[in-house]
Amino acid sequence: MFTTLRRTFLAAAIAATASRPAAAQERFITVASTTSTEQSGLFGHILPIFTRETGIAVRVIALGTGQALDVGRRGDADVVFVHDRAAEERFVAEGFGGPRRHVMYNDFVITGPAADPARIAGLRDTNQALRRIAEARAPFISRGDRSGTHAAELRLWQMAGVDPTTGRGQWYREVGQGMGPALNTAAAQGAYILTDRGTWLSFRNRQDQRILVEGDTRLFNQYGVMLVNPQRHPHVKAADGQRFIDWIVSPAGQAAIADYKINGEQLFFPNATQPEPTS
Amino acid sequence: MNDLGSAFSTALGLVATADPAVAQIVLLSLRVSLTAVAVAALVGLPLGALLAVARFPGRGGVIVVLNALMGLPPVVAGLLIYLLLSRSGPLGSLGLLFTPTAMVIAQAVLITPILAALTRGVLEGLWEEYAEQLRSFGAGPWRAVPTLLWDGRFMLLTVLLAGFGRAAAEVGAVMVVGGNIEGFTRVMTTAIALETSKGDLPLALALGMVLMAIVVTVNALAQGLRDTAARWAG
Amino acid sequence: MRTPDTILPLRAEGLGFAARGLRILSDVSLTIEAGAPTIVIGPNGAGKSVLLRLLHGLLAPSEGRVTWAGQAARRQAMVFQRPVLLRRSVLANAVYPLGLSGVARAEREARARDALALVGLGDLADRPARRLSGGEQQRLALARAAALHPEVLFLDEPCASLDPAATKAVEEIVAALAARGTKIVMTTHDLGQARRLAGEVVFVHRGRVAEHAPAAAFFAQPATPEAAAFLRGELVW
Repeated sequence: MFTTLRRTFLAAAIAATASRPAAAQERFITVASTTSTEQSGLFGHILPIFTRETGIAVRVIALGTGQALDVGRRGDADVVFVHDRAAEERFVAEGFGGPRRHVMYNDFVITGPAADPARIAGLRDTNQALRRIAEARAPFISRGDRSGTHAAELRLWQMAGVDPTTGRGQWYREVGQGMGPALNTAAAQGAYILTDRGTWLSFRNRQDQRILVEGDTRLFNQYGVMLVNPQRHPHVKAADGQRFIDWIVSPAGQAAIADYKINGEQLFFPNATQPEPTS
Repeated sequence: MNDLGSAFSTALGLVATADPAVAQIVLLSLRVSLTAVAVAALVGLPLGALLAVARFPGRGGVIVVLNALMGLPPVVAGLLIYLLLSRSGPLGSLGLLFTPTAMVIAQAVLITPILAALTRGVLEGLWEEYAEQLRSFGAGPWRAVPTLLWDGRFMLLTVLLAGFGRAAAEVGAVMVVGGNIEGFTRVMTTAIALETSKGDLPLALALGMVLMAIVVTVNALAQGLRDTAARWAG
Repeated sequence: MRTPDTILPLRAEGLGFAARGLRILSDVSLTIEAGAPTIVIGPNGAGKSVLLRLLHGLLAPSEGRVTWAGQAARRQAMVFQRPVLLRRSVLANAVYPLGLSGVARAEREARARDALALVGLGDLADRPARRLSGGEQQRLALARAAALHPEVLFLDEPCASLDPAATKAVEEIVAALAARGTKIVMTTHDLGQARRLAGEVVFVHRGRVAEHAPAAAFFAQPATPEAAAFLRGELVW
């Protein structure tokens, strides 16, 4: 009986260590990206195509843009693929990576409860919509997590000439979480929120949330991609990482992006071959 | 209510179809958590046994620290290990960040204090019974440690199960150090967190049910083993 | 390295013991020589068990000291009132102390099996020790001690929780060990047992050794009124 017990422990230990999948040996790069690209399903669509063409597997760490850039700064990823142009340019200027290539854009929308207490439904002008939310002191969920979406939201408030932080802890609620959890919170609290369309379309727990404001050019959301600087972090897989960047801005990569749809709706609009729009 | 019902049928569907993606996640969860328990046991069990038998200056302090570490927030542990394993950290050259090994380390760090504290509690009773006899045989505290570990093996199985349960249920640390990479470091708990943030609450709940079923199965197997063996040994 | 042939005599000089302010033994001086069993008797609470533990080295004396003629550490063993058996097989229990006392690995099992045969447990070697009856458990404890080939064997009320049949079996084993030359030092509250086994008697009363005499003399004519009263079966404390 002792030996049986011992053998069982041993077997468990072996099973636990020996079943290491072949993945440990495979050729791969690590990409620090955002929850919007991962959770919208875009990566699930385009990465297998890239891997099939090149034999390079892609491991995606999905974080907020700020965190993703930090992961790149620390050298813990080979490529950074995010959406906060100002932060990206700072990243490049500080010598952590680059050059930055623009890849695609999607757009943000403002969603809110069907009751729409601030009466913003149908507005095109985000300045006007945000001012009404502030005046009505209607609950607004902010990501509050230094993500690209958070940065975009803060820029929109600034353009609207409203300082939402005066309502902090009352109607302006910073949750410090990813897009999905923030949407869950907004749905639960009947609050307004700025979200990227991709996450919104694949989000399932909407309750009575709906899109109230969309289409303003200020809501366009540009994604950029950068190789982490191999001079600073010698272990960075520069060749394979560059291969990914070259592919995603190539006609093949751009077509794969354009091809990805949820319910027939295109989420991301490739624009690597066009001059980058200035916002 | 609707969500619960749909979660239940989703869970059944996942199990019935042996969904390969889910199966991979389940296997990785088991592999990571069982390895973490094994690693933590190598340190935690002897440490707990030593604390049960030895009286030395600072022992009270060690126990206080261990008990406090049982409450270490997983995210904090994860963050510490992240900073250690990061390419910019002291152990960066190992290239372990965002790998299952990093997750094993994180879980092992989290449950070692738990194993040590529970082991101490369990073996103190045994030591009370054995102490005089072992001293009569000329066994000091150091020699008593392996004796108590072996003779307390059935009770310690319960301790290991508690450690396994905590490791398998943990999400904060493995999310930070594993990165929740699909097909590579995604485990049950981080998959649940992901589906929750995608708002797919039924799927998240279904995965939770699968996780619970696994933990219950492991517990039942171990408990059965323990009971059979304990009936033998008295 | 050669050790002296014997660790006896064992000497206690001015031995005293107090725990938590409670005095249990005072000023015990006695010499235990090789030979027939030394039986320690006295009323409950007189300090018999503490005296045995002090002699065996399980307790450190508050005053005085215990000295042996030779290197005593590995040449003495003790059997307790309630045997503490490891959660292992009968054989493994008998082997365990041999490992601790430095018996070569190859020799351990043979020695353990011999000892088990001596106490009549040879057939139960593979049984879980804690499944044995009370009497068998105490015999295993004796085998475990005997396997060590101790020169001195301390026994603390080894039959206190046993029925008469088991008591008889234990007494026969003790007598056999004594006949083989093992020095027995045993406490008991059972006067009949003391009469059956004793070569000499140590009578402990209120934490002091009141008498230390050859068994025949002690039982025929105790020197102190307390011992006389104890032998008459009167309540003494």
